[in-house]
Amino acid sequence: MRPAFRLAASAAMLSCAVPALAHRAWLVPSTTIVSGTDDWVSIDAAISNDLFFADHNALRPDMVKVWAPDGSPAQIQNAATLHYRSVFDVKLDKPGTWKIGTTQSAVMGSFKVDGVDWRVGGRGPGGPGGPGGPGRPGGPGGAAPGAARPAGEGPPPGFQPRPSVATVADIPANATDVKLTEVIGQNNVFITAGAPTATVFQPTNTALEMVPVTHPDELVSNEPAKFRFLIDGKPATGLKVTLVPGGKRYRDGEGAFDVTTGADGVAEVKWPFAGLFWLNATSTDAHPSAPRATERRMSYTATLEVVAP
Amino acid sequence: MRKTPLLIAGALAAPASAGTISVTIPQVPVAEYHRPYVAAWIEPAGGGAAQTLFVWYDIKKKGNEPGTKWLSDLRTFWRKGGRSLTLPADGLSGATRAPGTYQIPLPANLKSGAYTLYVEAARETGGRELVSVPLSVPAKAASAAGKTELGTVTIR
Repeated sequence: MRPAFRLAASAAMLSCAVPALAHRAWLVPSTTIVSGTDDWVSIDAAISNDLFFADHNALRPDMVKVWAPDGSPAQIQNAATLHYRSVFDVKLDKPGTWKIGTTQSAVMGSFKVDGVDWRVGGRGPGGPGGPGGPGRPGGPGGAAPGAARPAGEGPPPGFQPRPSVATVADIPANATDVKLTEVIGQNNVFITAGAPTATVFQPTNTALEMVPVTHPDELVSNEPAKFRFLIDGKPATGLKVTLVPGGKRYRDGEGAFDVTTGADGVAEVKWPFAGLFWLNATSTDAHPSAPRATERRMSYTATLEVVAP
Repeated sequence: MRKTPLLIAGALAAPASAGTISVTIPQVPVAEYHRPYVAAWIEPAGGGAAQTLFVWYDIKKKGNEPGTKWLSDLRTFWRKGGRSLTLPADGLSGATRAPGTYQIPLPANLKSGAYTLYVEAARETGGRELVSVPLSVPAKAASAAGKTELGTVTIR
């Protein structure tokens, strides 16, 4: 790991302790619509507060997956991690709608050994929260719980990180107060070559998913759009969905607004103007699939391009 | 202190230094709240150099992303003079403030005349707002109010 990235990783871990930090992970494609099948899309990926200004951390391109319109995996190309953002290309060599994004599935939490607080895992990669990964090269490395603290990379003076283990399996048998949360998320953009298709929206019926009623590559500023949200395949009712427009520097307000899903899990969005929007929904419940976890935190994020009519 | 009134018939001796401004930072009901960066400055009404009164920012944050990083989010302040300040600046910079009303004395050496007072606030994951109030020295009561990031700005 380069030192700069180590700093970023440890910063992401620091932010675990401060849930109020809403650094947003985002992907911005050079376009969402192309004609023909010999086009490319170039995508910026970063984590920052203000959308879509890269001024904080790059999103690691090795976290990014690509689904071709038939659902088969495809590759990113020409990836580069820059200081504040990463960039990569996808060759759109098949007609239809492509899905490009990150998925996150991790277990985080804490436990105590002899009165000392330990942490499990780090913030997983790619979610709205952080660039992370467990971010701790070497892991517990045989350190006995309660023994020397792992060397954090460049913690600020006076800051003493809590000791941690990398995975649930590393929790010692004598641990008490084990509290584990499963964290599941995805963050996507959708690019359409030619006519839009829907294969990449096939739900897996696990955790929080979005199935569009209005295709995300057919969004027009004067037409309300509808998106259905599912949790484990069932309509997510009363789910708050936040939309944040890009370009805050060019106006005064943040401009974020919320919509709420109805009984059918559908949220209707009336666009205030054309542009790029960051859509995010989160939900917490008590139905984790990970063993020993008691809570499940789910998030769904997408960057949507709304064109002028 | 009574230096100027001889020239102004009937004006009763308000010393030029008497002005105080009050700035209210409103409560903002959001899930994620960060105290705003706030700066104030005055400009002569006929044009001329801006004079910074204060700039409140995350003065203690150092490291990779020091608190000065987001000063340019006060975009008008930055252009009007913030960019040429060396911060922290004695008597000007201070830590961010919680919601509430704060009193700031105007500089005692301000020459009589017409000015405009500007107060600008920018909040992380929030908005940005600029409020201006006509200011005359010797100070006369005046006020204006922001709608989102700033409450009432009063001169008295």
